[in-house]
Amino acid sequence: MLLSMEHLRKEYPNGKIAVDDFNLEVDRGEFIAFIGTSGSGKTTTMRMINRMLNQTSGTIKINGKDISKMDPVKLRRSIGYVIQNTGLMPHMTIQENIEMVPKLLGWSKEKREEQAHKMIALAQLPDEMLQRYPGELSGGQQQRIGVVRALAADQELILMDEPFGALDPITRESLQDLVKHLQKDLGKTFIFVTHDMDEALNLSTKVVIMSQGKQVQVDTPENILRHPANEFVTNLIGEERLIRAQPNILTVSQIMLKNPAAITPDKTLEDAIEQMHERRVDTLLVTDKTGVLQGFVDLDDINRIADAHTPVSRFTQDRVFYVKANALIGDTVDRILKKGVKNVPVVDEDKRLVGIVTRTALVDIVYDALHGAPDANEKPASPINADIHAAATREGGEMPQ
Amino acid sequence: MMHFLATYGTQLLSKTGQHLLISAAALGLGVIVAVPLGILLTRMKHGANLVMSLAGVLQTIPAMALLAMMIPIFGIGSTPAIVALFIYSLLPILRNTYLGMQGVSPTVRDAAKGMGMTWWQMMTRAEIPLAAPVIMSGIRLSATYVIAWATLASYIGAGGLGDFIFNGLNLYRSDLILGGSIPVILLALLVDYLLGKVERAVMPKPLR
Repeated sequence: MLLSMEHLRKEYPNGKIAVDDFNLEVDRGEFIAFIGTSGSGKTTTMRMINRMLNQTSGTIKINGKDISKMDPVKLRRSIGYVIQNTGLMPHMTIQENIEMVPKLLGWSKEKREEQAHKMIALAQLPDEMLQRYPGELSGGQQQRIGVVRALAADQELILMDEPFGALDPITRESLQDLVKHLQKDLGKTFIFVTHDMDEALNLSTKVVIMSQGKQVQVDTPENILRHPANEFVTNLIGEERLIRAQPNILTVSQIMLKNPAAITPDKTLEDAIEQMHERRVDTLLVTDKTGVLQGFVDLDDINRIADAHTPVSRFTQDRVFYVKANALIGDTVDRILKKGVKNVPVVDEDKRLVGIVTRTALVDIVYDALHGAPDANEKPASPINADIHAAATREGGEMPQ
Repeated sequence: MMHFLATYGTQLLSKTGQHLLISAAALGLGVIVAVPLGILLTRMKHGANLVMSLAGVLQTIPAMALLAMMIPIFGIGSTPAIVALFIYSLLPILRNTYLGMQGVSPTVRDAAKGMGMTWWQMMTRAEIPLAAPVIMSGIRLSATYVIAWATLASYIGAGGLGDFIFNGLNLYRSDLILGGSIPVILLALLVDYLLGKVERAVMPKPLR
């Protein structure tokens, strides 16, 4: 456990409670986003971690050590700090800015210089830029420096207070990629304050949603999108975003139809036709006795065969396109739609048939994602789609290839 | 002109020296007191306004009166003159130091502290370097004032170029008046120019 915060509380002399009973455990390499409306206490909480503010009660431990017993200056030198509008020293060169904390820590000149070159490369900026002054750089370049400066003394934990709030969307995105890379590849731990929900959902491994000094929900972005704790969270995320996120959080198993029409290979043609008639479909999926998908049979193929006792295995087409039940819709929808098939069998990890996804169900999801449909998540997908599925298979002769 | 210089040349040099000495002493004291005080004021929530208006009030006392008031305390000579001029030098330096320090962006202060600078490091490495041009322009302004007003110091026996002017006034000798005034003007211009150079030198490179 890199960082743990227990029963943290911050009360101002005027009686205002900024943070109330805040608890959080942060592992190494995590990316934590604090998000909430202004005045929710997110920045206050973050600033207590490097003792820019002191808590009224509760404890913060870094690597098991209570920070209230540490020298605040030493503590701050061990924690990276990035703020909005960069906080670069305008009277120092980029190199001097990057070398600031290493210099405070008394590193040798050679070591500092080496680190400056390393850091500017990490920021994906040209080496010559070290000799420039912050004022000569664009806002995005400045903040890149701001970010790598926070790592220059090999800090493990980096605090960021709305670091990209003042940047345009494109620059912001490239900066987000940079920090994501630092977190993933260098294993740095980030605590990140933002009011941008997209940013929080895209970057973080854990989102802490705050309101009026309290934690409303603490969970992974996926779980927050899937199960918003209450109306506040729903509103904060936004209906639009919830719907748009569906392809990314829904799995195939959530939209598939269960109990697809299937037959075993040892059955005869007669059985197959009878089952098609019963289920009102023109194709049957073929599975072995243990339920493993083998292929499918098509009404067209059956027509050409005269003998009613031919076993199903003789006219099974084994080139079948299928998807895994636990795959995310977002990852599979393109593949399915591109294939141009009407429906796709769904299998589990052992390739056992568990259901079928119809093209119509996918179209609904894509449509909702584009245009939004407030009632989309209330509508149970299966019953409606069942009819469509039946209809589609009745008309269409095309089967998954 | 040549005649004037031939007659009063050495006297002129020594008086200029005196004048410069009095001014420098007063200004030096002003810097030593007003700069730290101005910095201190930015750290205090209250009191800044009080101190600033007090310095403002001191500024409004007529120069002659202030000099005269020094006599009962310090007698006559250069000491009372230096003290009086020191009081005059305070306000511009104090105000500029205060404004300069206030002008340092809170973001820079926050970053400096958040990255682990001690109070002293924040002062010496971030805030004072950034406020230096404004502080320096206050010092420059004070210097010009002090050199001009040091002329009056001769009235309480401190010497300086004012001696020429007062003599000239008493004797209706315009050459003496000009012989005192022109060097004062030149001195003020020269010091202002030199301090302007200093101001530029302390200015952070990217702001020049």
